[in-house]
Amino acid sequence: MQPFENVDIGGPAQPLLRVSKLVKHFHTGARKGKDVVQAVDGVSFDVIKGETLGVVGESGCGKSTTARLLMQLLTQDSGELVFDGQEVGSSRLPMKEYRRQVQMVFQDSYASLNPRMTMEESIAFGQRVHGISQKEARDYARYLLAHVGLEPGRFAHRYPHALSGGQRQRVNIARALAMKPRLVILDEAVSALDKSVEAQVLQLLLELKRTLNLTYVFISHDLHVVRWLSDRILVMYLGEVVEIGPAEALFTDAQHPYTKALLSSMPSMDPDNRTLSSPLSGDPPSPIAPPSGCRFHTRCPHAKAACAQIKPQLKTVGQGHQSACLMAQGDPAWHQTRMEVSHVA
Amino acid sequence: MSPESYVHVRDLHVEFRRDGQTVNAVNGVSFDVQKGEVMALIGESGSGKSVTLRALMRLHPPKSSFLTGTLNVGGEAVLAMNASALRSYRGGKCAMIFQEPLLAFDPVYTVGQQIVEGLKRHEGLSTREAQARALEALRQVRIPSPERRLDSYPHEMSGGMRQRAMIALALSCNPQLLLADEPTTALDATVQIQILILLREQQKQRGMSVIFVTHDIGAAVEIADRVAVMYAGRIVEEASISEILNHPRHPYTQVLLGSRPKEGLKKGVALHCIPGSPPDLANLPGGCAFAARCPHAKPVCTQMQPPTEQVTERHVVSCHRWRELATDTPVQQAYA
Repeated sequence: MQPFENVDIGGPAQPLLRVSKLVKHFHTGARKGKDVVQAVDGVSFDVIKGETLGVVGESGCGKSTTARLLMQLLTQDSGELVFDGQEVGSSRLPMKEYRRQVQMVFQDSYASLNPRMTMEESIAFGQRVHGISQKEARDYARYLLAHVGLEPGRFAHRYPHALSGGQRQRVNIARALAMKPRLVILDEAVSALDKSVEAQVLQLLLELKRTLNLTYVFISHDLHVVRWLSDRILVMYLGEVVEIGPAEALFTDAQHPYTKALLSSMPSMDPDNRTLSSPLSGDPPSPIAPPSGCRFHTRCPHAKAACAQIKPQLKTVGQGHQSACLMAQGDPAWHQTRMEVSHVA
Repeated sequence: MSPESYVHVRDLHVEFRRDGQTVNAVNGVSFDVQKGEVMALIGESGSGKSVTLRALMRLHPPKSSFLTGTLNVGGEAVLAMNASALRSYRGGKCAMIFQEPLLAFDPVYTVGQQIVEGLKRHEGLSTREAQARALEALRQVRIPSPERRLDSYPHEMSGGMRQRAMIALALSCNPQLLLADEPTTALDATVQIQILILLREQQKQRGMSVIFVTHDIGAAVEIADRVAVMYAGRIVEEASISEILNHPRHPYTQVLLGSRPKEGLKKGVALHCIPGSPPDLANLPGGCAFAARCPHAKPVCTQMQPPTEQVTERHVVSCHRWRELATDTPVQQAYA
């Protein structure tokens, strides 16, 4: 039963997905649509074949908008996606075929299943749309249910409300796998689960990746989990990429002050050595009117006058490790300014 | 009852009855909280931690919920309070903060009006005095430009600032007990740590007792003196925070801690998975509620409710096999 063929076009050296200069702005209802939320503003990165790319950042930093753009659930204002060397939406890679090869699992396991479809119907639905016969699609759905650890005999004919959160998330994963995707986008896929159930689902994701040769984009605000699963990590702040690099390098040798602040916000797990002062004060600024220059300069402990004027670009600071910070890049503009900018509380 | 404990809970049961079905949300919870002590109740969803907290405030709808047991706060029996005693107890002696401040605040009044209302009711202040105290309350939680924020509506504030305002409101009448129901769960990590530090400061300054409900052991470590781990409506283990971290006795506590090791999760290390999910509270098993998922379960575990036993002074556990299992092997090895 091989309904969908996946062909590796460019070989392992070619990125599976190349994202370049992706921009998405939303016009909000207030002030007659004059307020523009710069949700994603010039984001570029590669997803390498076979890797797990972790995406982290605070709420409102644009990580979920990025995920929806990758999946083409939203249309970008500008920028392009190239999937294994082929432009997404071109005649060589039509949208329907792209959306089969890229699948997504959402945070809310209940809202992402149709309440009027049984588990078997939900999983088989995508294959039916792509022209697979009813019988074949249902057989495959049952096979997948077993594959994600749910006994088909017990679960195939249940409706979403009759399952626990962890079981529903397994069904969502099975539904994504039904399309034989090459890239799976996991948008806070384990965040709503209890810790003991989260561990089960994470273990499942890791096994599936190994056996099915998948590539993951794993979005989460939980740095513990991101570190556990990811090969590389991308850090976003107010719609921009501020740092990207190998997971261990990022955790042990973060270059951007925002990444450092995120890491030191993790609870210490040591009652004799509690965190005494918070690494950042206040909430992130509004993405409607982001700060000039480096968007982090209003909260950055190292900001100087130059940071409010110059927009730092991503530059290499280590092996496969890029950071968008004037200080980390040793930019003369940062080193020559003496005055620290005053901070807005 | 130990004379010095400020909160004294013994054999608390909470049942919800609806449509002929009975949900046993809390099944015999006992604990004490001393004056000036921070107790964390941790557990997964459905473990009864929030239900216990709400029982302390008598927030459960009286028609469908049945509370039995002893619930004393500062020498007063909370379960015996009449409506007027409850009104002065809630917000005066005992205050509460919630997970989602946007839902806890009234959207049609400004933050200042809501703080002033409580101060006038509980402390009998004039409007002018109450406004001055409200301003001071906002200042104490370090809300920037507090004069302006008194006149803000809840929706005009960011999540972190709303939670600060919620804390200001709760602390405005100088309660001696603060009940915190997952106050940092909905916040980003960078904001969460700010709120935890603020709560800790205020608790120290005021010598308040705090009961802090969370599912995040990391947050509990930052704030709590003692921890009670709940599962299926019972406390399975209770000890000081460092005892729990270094010598967890109950297999469930060990699983919870295994998901958040001290040195952080390293890439690809096998996670300490346990199969299954928590039991249905409408249909609890006869023996230990954790037995069905426990890697160390023996027949006795499914037959009998384990007694609560002392491990050391102020460290209690309810597990049939804790003595045999107590070899002090690190969690990682025990689950390898």
